[in-house]
Amino acid sequence: MKIEGKRAIWSEYQKEIADDKYFYVRSCIRQNFFPGSEVAFLRIMREELGKDVYEHPCHTTCSGIGYHGDVVPVETAMTVVARQFALMTEAGYKNYVPSCITSFGLYTEILETWHHFPEVEEKIRKQLRKATGREFNIPDNLAHASDIIYKFRKEIGTKAKYRLINKNTGEPLKVVDHIGCHYAKMFPSKGVGGAEYPYVLAGMVEEWGGTVVDYPERRHCCGFGFRQYLVQANRGFSVACSKEKFESMQPYEPDMIITNCPGCPMFLDRWQYVINEIEGKRYGSNGEGIPVFTYEEIAGLVLGYDPWDLGLQMHQTDCKSVLDKIGIDYDPDTKYQISGEIKKVKEHNFINV
Amino acid sequence: METAGQLSKFGYNVSLVEKEKTTGGHLNKWYKLFPDRRDSTEVKAYLERITSDKGIKILTGTTIEKLAGTKNGLSVYTDGGEELNADAVVVATGFDLFKSSRKEEYGYGIYDNVITSADLEEMFRKGRISMLNGRSPKTVGLVHCVGSRDEKVGNLYCSKLCCVTAVKQAIEIRENLPESKVFCFYMDMRMGGAYYEELYREAQEEWGVNFIRGKVSEASESINDKLIIKVEDTLTGRPLKMELDMLVLMAGMEISKSGEKIAEASGLKTGDNRFFSPADPHYGSNRSNIQGVFYAGTCTMPMNITETISHARAAVSDVIDFLNNNKKLDG
Repeated sequence: MKIEGKRAIWSEYQKEIADDKYFYVRSCIRQNFFPGSEVAFLRIMREELGKDVYEHPCHTTCSGIGYHGDVVPVETAMTVVARQFALMTEAGYKNYVPSCITSFGLYTEILETWHHFPEVEEKIRKQLRKATGREFNIPDNLAHASDIIYKFRKEIGTKAKYRLINKNTGEPLKVVDHIGCHYAKMFPSKGVGGAEYPYVLAGMVEEWGGTVVDYPERRHCCGFGFRQYLVQANRGFSVACSKEKFESMQPYEPDMIITNCPGCPMFLDRWQYVINEIEGKRYGSNGEGIPVFTYEEIAGLVLGYDPWDLGLQMHQTDCKSVLDKIGIDYDPDTKYQISGEIKKVKEHNFINV
Repeated sequence: METAGQLSKFGYNVSLVEKEKTTGGHLNKWYKLFPDRRDSTEVKAYLERITSDKGIKILTGTTIEKLAGTKNGLSVYTDGGEELNADAVVVATGFDLFKSSRKEEYGYGIYDNVITSADLEEMFRKGRISMLNGRSPKTVGLVHCVGSRDEKVGNLYCSKLCCVTAVKQAIEIRENLPESKVFCFYMDMRMGGAYYEELYREAQEEWGVNFIRGKVSEASESINDKLIIKVEDTLTGRPLKMELDMLVLMAGMEISKSGEKIAEASGLKTGDNRFFSPADPHYGSNRSNIQGVFYAGTCTMPMNITETISHARAAVSDVIDFLNNNKKLDG
């Protein structure tokens, strides 16, 4: 492996990422799967970095799951997306930041389509006008929320309380980075590092002290794959996909997995439990599972946030091994109590504070 | 070189401008030629012999920036600010090998034992095929059509020579490493040259080279430093995953960067494939859209050495016709 070869590719795939005044749109499913992640993003952006992040209460699904699941026609998806852009326009923002990778892929695809086929954009504008009376501007900048954290990874690094280093050995933690398919596989130039050797998460891991594991099935699907899971009869394929990845990464003895997609951490996390139930097999070097995190959770951990405020108690695969390796101070007894930051969110109405 | 040599034979004063330190281009890097496995130095020696005439002035290490018509003929401007005057100019800027790192999924420049067909020729010349750790590979895969027939990289055309190069190199690997297993991954086997098909048959019958019809989708590296490739065997309709010691990418041909630059600066027409576009594809393949400017060889399309030399000789005919009649040629 020649790291300079990767660095050459990374240098070719750098994208413009706005540095403030973001219109943030949440994911349909992340708040159920990993409920602390989006709140952590907002806290980091607002409290740590002092950025202006706006959320609109009327934002809805982008319909990406339905679109990629073949139940929502593309024109419908475009009109829904046009409405989201109208909300951004009405709020006076220009930098659009989706939390979801599939949303990011859908927005990218639609903007590219409109760029090449302006008549389609015009048709969608008419449809939106007719249905809602709304008008919209195209965002000046579209970046996934992981792009934003990547952009500010150094600032987060300087504020970090912990680093991704095993406190007992002094060695960097070995981290598997898994990128959502819709981040860059459709439009490599829209992702930091491109599609084949994405850097968006690797850059965070490197900056915060860890080392990235390059394993043969690095590009393989997490197992979600939409129809692999959404069609119940196909769920065997979903588990098989995840299993292929675990088998491939296991020899490298990774300490953890970091992801930037709603579905990936869900399936990489939950299917480890399922495989263990079916086959009695665990993939972690400690005889347990390999903990799976979102990038916001990792950013929150290095910044010293309470693991339970980040929602780590909601993970199926226990994260304790990583917390202990890093040396994070946490109270096991408060794991299932509503406390600290979660209370704060409730008290302060965290939307648009 | 062929055009210069032949024009000199007819008594014309010729200046041969070469951007590299020595003439010969890609031939300098190739070891044996297909299909007869002739040593490339023999062809190079021939070209050097015919350009050693006193009537040929060779300017190496000189890059042409632009060509332009003048009252008295043509001017050629070099990177050193020199202006060369000529009655006729033959553009023979050749090709560049496709930069294989652009096919990121194959990992050239990233994975240790992913090499190109040109790198392999260098190993043949040195007399040893070895991996980065110095050991000989036991399993080698050759990927056809790297940068050719590939919409993703913007090259829809076939580079024509990669198939036969792969067959030749597969045989040479088996000759050098009799214990090795060699796999060629191809889309179609395009063996459209004299004795190419025979070489393909020889590779299968005598050397046991395995030909698998399917494109490699990606390469990666295992914990044991083996390469793992994914490919679809379209004849059996099954996906394959294989471990290899070495992967050789059959890099296609593209118009040279220097040729592209000259075309743009001089107003010479290029085609959709970005190669120089001849005045007529059937009977004017040596002529350009500028009076007095001609083409020779692979600056117009992928060609093998035989075709290149023939094309270069044909250019001589057009140049002499132009100089003698001093008029615009038909077409």
